[in-house]
Amino acid sequence: MPDFITEWLNQNDIFTALTIMEYWNGLVTTVHLVFLSLIIGLIVAVPLAILRTVKNPFVSGPIWLYTYLFRGTPLLIQLYIIYYGVAQIPGIQETFWWEIFKEPLYPALLAFTLNTAAYTTEIIRGSILSTPNGEIEAAKAYGMNWFLRMRRIILPSAARRAVQAYSNEVIFMLHASAIASVVTIVDLTGAARNIYSRFYAPFDAFIFVALLYLALTFILVFAFRKLENHLLRHQRPASS
Amino acid sequence: MFDLKGYGPDLAEGAVVTIELAFLSLALAITLGLLGASAKLSGSRTLTAIATTYTTLIRGVPDLVMMLLFYYGGQVAVNALSDYLWETREIDFFFQFDPFISGVVTIGLIFGAYMTETFRGAFLAVDVGQIEAAKAYGFSRWHTFRRVMIPQMMRHALPGIGNNWQVLLKTTALVSIIGLNDMVRVAEVAAKAERMPFHFFIPVAAVYLGLTAGSELFIKWLDKRANVGVVQGN
Repeated sequence: MPDFITEWLNQNDIFTALTIMEYWNGLVTTVHLVFLSLIIGLIVAVPLAILRTVKNPFVSGPIWLYTYLFRGTPLLIQLYIIYYGVAQIPGIQETFWWEIFKEPLYPALLAFTLNTAAYTTEIIRGSILSTPNGEIEAAKAYGMNWFLRMRRIILPSAARRAVQAYSNEVIFMLHASAIASVVTIVDLTGAARNIYSRFYAPFDAFIFVALLYLALTFILVFAFRKLENHLLRHQRPASS
Repeated sequence: MFDLKGYGPDLAEGAVVTIELAFLSLALAITLGLLGASAKLSGSRTLTAIATTYTTLIRGVPDLVMMLLFYYGGQVAVNALSDYLWETREIDFFFQFDPFISGVVTIGLIFGAYMTETFRGAFLAVDVGQIEAAKAYGFSRWHTFRRVMIPQMMRHALPGIGNNWQVLLKTTALVSIIGLNDMVRVAEVAAKAERMPFHFFIPVAAVYLGLTAGSELFIKWLDKRANVGVVQGN
């Protein structure tokens, strides 16, 4: 190792084992929160996206309203409404829900899930609508009913077209999750804020955490590129 | 009908702060985006490398982390500079790094990176023949840029600018975290004091919704105007 790095490591009193552990715990919280909200959001978004493409306005209308409201307002406000609002629901403090919702983690999880589900619904809806008509006609010609068509033809083909946009949504969610630190969750940003206020060292605390987020982003970009190559391998040019 | 418990004027002022913040950040973002796109397309290896590093770094880091870094780090840097100037030159120089400036700088820098990509694509969409024609007419590089490239690339850039603007508008809410008295912060203070979260956050959410909906219409109108000269298929 170059001398100046060794020297810096010996001299610094910020990056001790204790603070590294704090960052590690923050990393675990961030990954946990983002992963759960993305998974639940995706599970919710697929049926919503399908219903959103239904012609009946009484079915698609409410879902349109939901995605419109959640995509048109800042996530921070959604988080505040849920975090501060849950405690105001009359009688909630006597039920078992209070045990769950008095921890800041669950309101945050709910807000993130609702937000990402709204964006994901629109992404999947877009790719369902852009399914080539010939594929649907072929499925009909084979006598597939609506359900079978959706399951075997439309959704797999839509998923391939949605991956690119969805990878952006995943990265957006990772970055948006930093606001969890505002409602006292010690995620990566929360850990950095604690360390900043303890040592009054903004550069060390925040640049380090920025690098961690950067690394997470690169891992996600790489993983999605692999996935995309895998899903679109039938479209690769024959020569290579 | 809607009793804001005396917080009405503060909320209205906060809304003005939010809008000012959004427009100033947009101006900075568009400037940086044009610079970044020009750097990426300049053909110079150094300039391309600088612009690529800028867009990659910015797009990999959460906006809130950047904002905290600029706000807290900016103050420490100003303090250090102030101490240094006083000790060496006896110059009394100091200013408080306020949340508004940090917000504009951070949001401008972040969306400058996104705008760089938007403008780069839009510049590439301009027909090479147009640039050659400008050269043939003896236009200078700057003249070509201003009279030929900008008007023609705007048509391609508008949808991208519109999307970025919608996201930017919602990002302004984050500046309340570093203590700017925008409408989100006023609402938060009021909601805590009055213990009425829905009462204060829902009107603020409605203002954001109104702003995004209004911008959507405006962008559609601009887009129509920018495309009058283009014959569209079917």
